Amino acid sequence: MEGWLWLIPVLPLGASIVTMIWGKQRIREKSHWLPCIGVGLSFILSVVTCFEVWNGGTLRQVIYAWISSGDFQVNLALQVDPLTAIMIVVVSGVSFLIHIYSIGYMHGDEGYHRFFSYISLFTFSMLMLVMSANFLLLYVFWEAVGLCSYLLIGHWYYKKSAADAGKKAFIVNRVGDFGFGLGVLLLFTTFGTLDYQTIFSRGGEFVGKSFTVFGMDLDVLTLAGILLFTGAMGKSAQFPLHVWLPDAMEGPTPVSALIHAATMVTAGVYLVARCHPLYNLAPSALVTVAIIGGFTALFAASIGLVQNDIKRVLAYSTVSQLGYMFMALGAGAYVGAIFHLVTHAFFKALLFLASGSVIHALGGEQDMRKMGGLKDKIPWTYGTFVVGALALAGVPPLAGFWSKDEILVETFKAGYYALWILGSATAFMTAFYIFRLIFMTFHGDFRGKPAEAHGEEPVPPLHESPSVMLYPLGILAVLSILAGLILGWPPEHGFIHRFLAPTFLGAAPRQIAAPLSEAAGGHAGMPVHAAGEGTFGFMIFSTLLGAAGILTAWIFYVRRPEAPVKLAQTYRSTYELLLNKYWMDELYDVLFVNPTKRLANFLWQDFDNRVIDGFVNGIAHGVELGGRGLRHLQSGYLQQYALSMVIGVAVIVSIYLLVM
Amino acid sequence: MSPVPLHYYLVVSTLIFFIGMLGVLTRRNVIIILMSIELMLNAVNINFVAFSYYLNSLRGQIFVFFVMTVAAAEAAVGLAVIVYLFRNKNTVNDDEFSLMRG
Repeated sequence: MEGWLWLIPVLPLGASIVTMIWGKQRIREKSHWLPCIGVGLSFILSVVTCFEVWNGGTLRQVIYAWISSGDFQVNLALQVDPLTAIMIVVVSGVSFLIHIYSIGYMHGDEGYHRFFSYISLFTFSMLMLVMSANFLLLYVFWEAVGLCSYLLIGHWYYKKSAADAGKKAFIVNRVGDFGFGLGVLLLFTTFGTLDYQTIFSRGGEFVGKSFTVFGMDLDVLTLAGILLFTGAMGKSAQFPLHVWLPDAMEGPTPVSALIHAATMVTAGVYLVARCHPLYNLAPSALVTVAIIGGFTALFAASIGLVQNDIKRVLAYSTVSQLGYMFMALGAGAYVGAIFHLVTHAFFKALLFLASGSVIHALGGEQDMRKMGGLKDKIPWTYGTFVVGALALAGVPPLAGFWSKDEILVETFKAGYYALWILGSATAFMTAFYIFRLIFMTFHGDFRGKPAEAHGEEPVPPLHESPSVMLYPLGILAVLSILAGLILGWPPEHGFIHRFLAPTFLGAAPRQIAAPLSEAAGGHAGMPVHAAGEGTFGFMIFSTLLGAAGILTAWIFYVRRPEAPVKLAQTYRSTYELLLNKYWMDELYDVLFVNPTKRLANFLWQDFDNRVIDGFVNGIAHGVELGGRGLRHLQSGYLQQYALSMVIGVAVIVSIYLLVM
Repeated sequence: MSPVPLHYYLVVSTLIFFIGMLGVLTRRNVIIILMSIELMLNAVNINFVAFSYYLNSLRGQIFVFFVMTVAAAEAAVGLAVIVYLFRNKNTVNDDEFSLMRG
């Protein structure tokens, strides 16, 4: 298998390239074949690797010696350990389902072949990101997924809002990547290499060492941890770099599902999990991660409570759930975070694809205030949507419950009581906003304008989506129901815990070293407690939170629909604050965007146009003036030439006489 | 008779030379310019002969032969050119011949 590792990312890459080159000639309608096959094969191979790394082994393959400069060596090298194995299965699997879905959703789009080429390219980049064996390769593909995100968000590039959203995503990402790049450089100067194996095994040597910058002495590992995390903040849309994700909804819904729910945004979570040996040695960095994660979870959930665009609710939900994952990582619950990553990938992708189905049925409408009463018209979409919502809300026995509950328990046990409260409040809000979405969209009376024009074309009658879109929904629904049980039962000792245990060996920061934990029936790195002890209370509590949220949404949007309106009136300023996302985009506009634009404008008009062009034009003008003067010497007038000769002779003779 | 001092001849020669040069630089009629050139050449001849006498060497006079030959040939060719110029431009005013004007 080791020799075939490269196939996993390369198959989608090949499909992408071929589809791009011959996509236009090849009748577009068939463009989906190669990408689907490529990603499908990739998925099968990924599953095979799981068997090979079952006992904590690591598969490695070096493809090419890329940089070799003295002692510094960076190779195009792949590695698959249990963590990576889970990631590639999720990435290729969800990507495959979304490829299938897109056959239906993107049908008739004039950029059909371009779309498939790009999502395959993205799949390649994401697979390479998680399979990289060193930080430089990671950085390259970190940027690559950002690029693919830009390309896909701006798929309908002729729409200004889409083009702007793509730019915003890439630029905000780059802000985070600046920190990430600094972190990588710091690792290089500290360790002299960028190879995972070397860095992670030698991390201990640098505990307490400091790095001097701007006259300050900072702890190296903490600084590196925080810098790397800023990259994660950008990529995984954590506060304050979250602003690009809601705008990214301009892209086609399959893109939102794949990139901005299931895979790319999880790259940050993967990064922190991958670097856990370093983070374990830098507790302050982990605390930062946890706090930002917990805060973002609550912050984003609060915004999602009042949004009216169906995809925006899901976008803020994604930001919030990612916050949960970071909170878990920060509390040392690495497995819990990855577990939630997996379940979230399933149900969030499901929710996005189902929302795409709704939008498709309504001919493009995304505003929930114009929906309603759809549950009998599009029953399959409704059913799968409810499954996804239940999973997100954390209702047992669906998948989301097990992972979210584990996170909350771990957070509490690690002593982060404040974050636990935030997390619980967020759980309530999550249940509320997702069922608000369900009730507004599917229940009640239809509030939209039925056959009225979106422009001039008549809207097709309300119909259920084609099966090619429904099958992936169904599969994801099944996964959302079962994945939690299959992977996470019994709590703390489920399949996923045992699978990932070897990767996360090493005490979590707040655990006293547990050499006897193995004997006590726990696993090294896992908190030492008997499964079920005390956790049952937490489970009840989580379930109650979810139920309360659903009930509140029921009251507000089915029983008494006038209640939310009145509430919004009463607490007008709070409502406006939430609806306008805490005015963060406007704040960034004032602080960063407008000054930058002004500076750019100044540099362009005043500096580039006047100074630089003036200088160059000035030289040309000077030459012209000189020429005009010198032209008089060439009058064509013979006697003038003779005169100049005479003058010349006279001058020479005078000089000669004077000198002698 | 007392011999004429050398510098008398040199002054005369120089004066005639400068008169010729003035003619070349100033006159408009190309035939007059040609005549002025001849003047310059002859002035030089006087110079050579004067030095030949006062240095008791025949060299100067021999060189005068060369100069005269050249002057003659040049006058012939120059006049032929002027004739063609006149046939083309119908004038001997050198202001008209500024085709090489830059």
